[in-house]
Parts: sequence; C-alpha cells; structure tokens
Amino acid sequence: MRTYLRLFVAGFRRQSTYRLAAFGGLVANTAFGLLKVALLFAAVRTSGGELAGYDVAMMSSYIWISQGMLGSVNLTGRTEIADRIRTGDVAVDFLRPLDVHLASVTTEVGRAVFALIPRGIPSVVIGALLVGMAVPEDPWAYPLGAVSLLLGIVVSATTVYLVGVSGFWLLETRGVALLYMVVSGFLAGLFVPIALFPDWLRLVATATPFPAMMMYPVDVLSGRVGGAAAVGLVALQVLWLVLTVAAGQLATRAGRRRLEVQGG
Amino acid sequence: MADLAAYRAVLASRIRAQRSYRTSFVLDLASSLLVGFVELAEVWVVFHAVTELGGLDLAAVVLVFGLADLAFSLADLSFGHCDTLPTYLRAGTLDVFYLRPQPLLLQLITSDISLRRLARAVVGAAALGVGLAVNDVAWSLASVALIVLALVSGIATFAAMFVWAAGAQFYLIDGAEATNAFVYGGRYAATQPASVWSRPLVVVFGFFFPMAFTAYLPVVTLLGLPGPEWMPTWLGWCAPVAALWAWVLALLTWRAGVRHYQGGGG
Repeated sequence: MRTYLRLFVAGFRRQSTYRLAAFGGLVANTAFGLLKVALLFAAVRTSGGELAGYDVAMMSSYIWISQGMLGSVNLTGRTEIADRIRTGDVAVDFLRPLDVHLASVTTEVGRAVFALIPRGIPSVVIGALLVGMAVPEDPWAYPLGAVSLLLGIVVSATTVYLVGVSGFWLLETRGVALLYMVVSGFLAGLFVPIALFPDWLRLVATATPFPAMMMYPVDVLSGRVGGAAAVGLVALQVLWLVLTVAAGQLATRAGRRRLEVQGG
Repeated sequence: MADLAAYRAVLASRIRAQRSYRTSFVLDLASSLLVGFVELAEVWVVFHAVTELGGLDLAAVVLVFGLADLAFSLADLSFGHCDTLPTYLRAGTLDVFYLRPQPLLLQLITSDISLRRLARAVVGAAALGVGLAVNDVAWSLASVALIVLALVSGIATFAAMFVWAAGAQFYLIDGAEATNAFVYGGRYAATQPASVWSRPLVVVFGFFFPMAFTAYLPVVTLLGLPGPEWMPTWLGWCAPVAALWAWVLALLTWRAGVRHYQGGGG
C-alpha cells in the first residue's frame, strides 16, 4: 500500500514541474468556458430561462466545473502504458514486484489530482468571478461531491488504461485512442450536458463509463442532483470503477501471456 | 520550377508512406470521419433542444458549420502539422531543418500532409451541401461569389491561425495548450452564431482572430438574416480582409518566433 502511495505522490510531484503547461491549460479552459457560456446561456434564455432543468446559474456551474475537470480527466486516450507496450519497456514493469495495472493507474491519478490545483480550482474561481454560478444548498453535497470527483478521476484512469493495454494485441493504439477521444468527450457531457441529449442518445451515453468521469461528478458538485439521487450517481460510479478495474486486471494478465519482446 | 519539384517529391513520398500501412490508414480515416460527425452532433444537440439560437435556426447553423468545418479541415490538411513544432523544439530536431535549402515554414508545412484529414473535410463538405440545399438561398452570381470567397478566405484564415500558433510556440514550448485555446477554440467559435457572444468574445474571436468572418458573417449576408447589432449586413463580404489581417498577424508572430529561437545546442 505504501508503495502505491509513493507512486501517487510521485505522479503528483512530476506534474507540478510543468507550470507553463498548466498555465496554457488554464488559458484554454477559460477561452472554451467563455464560448460555452455564450452558446449555452443563449440556449437557456431563448427557452424562457429554463432548459432541461438548467437555469443560467446552474448552467454556469456545469460549464466551469466541467472545464476545471478537463486537466484531471483523461479524454484524450493517450497513456504512458501504451507507449511502454509499443516500445517493449513494459517487460521491465512486469519484472517489478508491483501490479502493473494498479501502479500505472495510481501514477495517472496522482498527476490528475495535482492538475486540480493549477487548472481545476482556478477555472472554477474564474467562472465564479466572471459569470457567477449556483452552489448547492445541501452541505452534504460538498463531501459527496469530493468523493464523486475523485471517483470520476479514477474511473477515467482505469478506462483509459484499457485503451492502452489494447496495445498488447494491436501494438499501435493510435486509432483506438483517437476513437476514445472523439466519443469520450461527447458522451461524458463535455460540450453539452447529457440532460439536453435526446432520449435515445442519453441512453447510449448512460450505457458507457464516460458520464461517470465528468457528468455525474458535475451533477453532484453543482447540487443539480441531490439527496438519494446523488448517492445513486456515486454508486453508479463505483459500479463502473469495479467493472473497469476487473477488465483491466483480466486484460493485463491476458496481455502478459501474449507479450513478445524483441531482442535480448 | 526546379524548386517546386522538390516540394512535390517530398509531398508524394508522405502520401505513399501513409498508404503503405493499410489497416492503420483505414482506421485513421474512419476515426477522422467520426470526429467530423461528433462535432456536427455537438451543434445539433443544442439546436435540437431549442428551435432557434442567436438568429439562426438548425438549417442555417448547419450551413455555418459546413462552411467553417470544411475551411478548417482543408487548412488542417496542409498546415495542421505546424502543431508538432513544440516536439521538434524540445527534442532539438528543428535544427536539422535549418540545414536544408528550403524555407523553414515551407518545410514544416510539407513535413507531413495528413490524408486522414480529408475524411473530416468530407463531413464539412456534406454539411455545406445540405446547408445550401435546405436554406432559402437567393441564387445569383453574387451569392455564388460570396460562398467561394468565404470558403477561400476561411481556409486562409484558419491556415494563418496554425502559423500564428507555431510562431508563438517558440516562446511557449510547454504551453502549447494556450495556443490551442485560439486555434481549436477558434474552430469551435467559428461554428457558433457569433450574435450570442459577449463583448470580450466579439473582440477576441470576432476581430482579433477573425473567426466570425470564416462562416457566420458570410452566412448572415448570404441568407439576409438580421445579424448582431455590431455588424452591417455587408460585413460578410469582408472575409478576405479578415484573412489578410490574420496572415499579417501570423507572419509577424512567426518572424518574431524564428528570431527568438536560439537553436537546440549541439
């Protein structure tokens, strides 16, 4: 357990050295956030101040919390493990007295949690100052929201790990990663909240782990979904966590048997 | 013409190289096609929830999307490779480019031409075609001229954005995402009705980076729609002026960046 804690801290500290990158990310978050504010606020206003349960303040919370999570939730499909499998470095990882799957996920989560400091919190503060936003009335929304946020980050790491280990069979995972990138952002509710989707599309989204990465934490943190329903969303995240971890364990074991490393 | 032959040879080799890994190429094409579809779906979902937004209905916004996305993907096809400049800068491999007897920017552009991006252009072109068919366009020589002018200027404007971003990379290096805010954020902005923007957005994406000129303003002029109050209806004709401004900005930034560059050592 201590080892994994150390890996978490290492991931956290590694990310902290890229300050300029974090600043660049914040600029991007703010610019995209303001564009989303313009479009989605106009959509709320033209439908008479309420759209699919969103008023302007709630829409603002959705926009800035989701923008803030962008640096922490992996929606690009790119992972280090994919590169290590392609180059064969993963053979070294298997020699270590560690679970390759858990070690890789833990490092990724460490980096993601760090990203909340330079990108997550400032995005929300900028949004609150520039536009204003709704805050949950129920004090329980904050601890539950924190749990949901962390679960979202972990589910994104365990899901994207599956994209990486597909490299055991495919070698080049660029196509799969691109597919992941296209689908994940849309179904996680990055551009438009899932509540605005037509019914069939919302069903499709709910059948994937993507809303568990971003939409559910945003719903809990913003107080749009409260009480028992919020606990239900967190339970759904736990379910996706269990499923993706199980799949990751199986894929890692099967991949290990399949692994061929060239050269001595 | 001997100079051009060199570029042709380089580009032809890039195209052959991509087609040689057939499965990967097909998967890439399919994924790129999907990128275009999902981006269209993002617009559609919003307009599905409301009937009209910022003076545009679904039909008009499909036209805006088609024009903007086709222009962006064609610019991306040839200039998108400028995005890899930070990788060259970090690895120090940019110095190799200086050894060759071709201008740096031209080498960077021809260092890759991604055929898979053509698949994305197909979605943009289809949206443009559908948009032109379902809208009530008053066809005349002038309207055809306006569409062609908007498309050509749009490609030039987006291409300038890639060059601008590359120039800024010489200063930013690790902060590449800051330019993505305006290059890819610009693409996102270009597919929106600019009439919903707040004043700072109008300044940044309306005029400084003239994204509104790539699709929204020409469509407003073409369909004779009531535009936002900050524009007269003929503003859509000014797309070439906007493209010219974007290139001035891009080349100045590129020049400053190249002069700032000290080499990778070694």
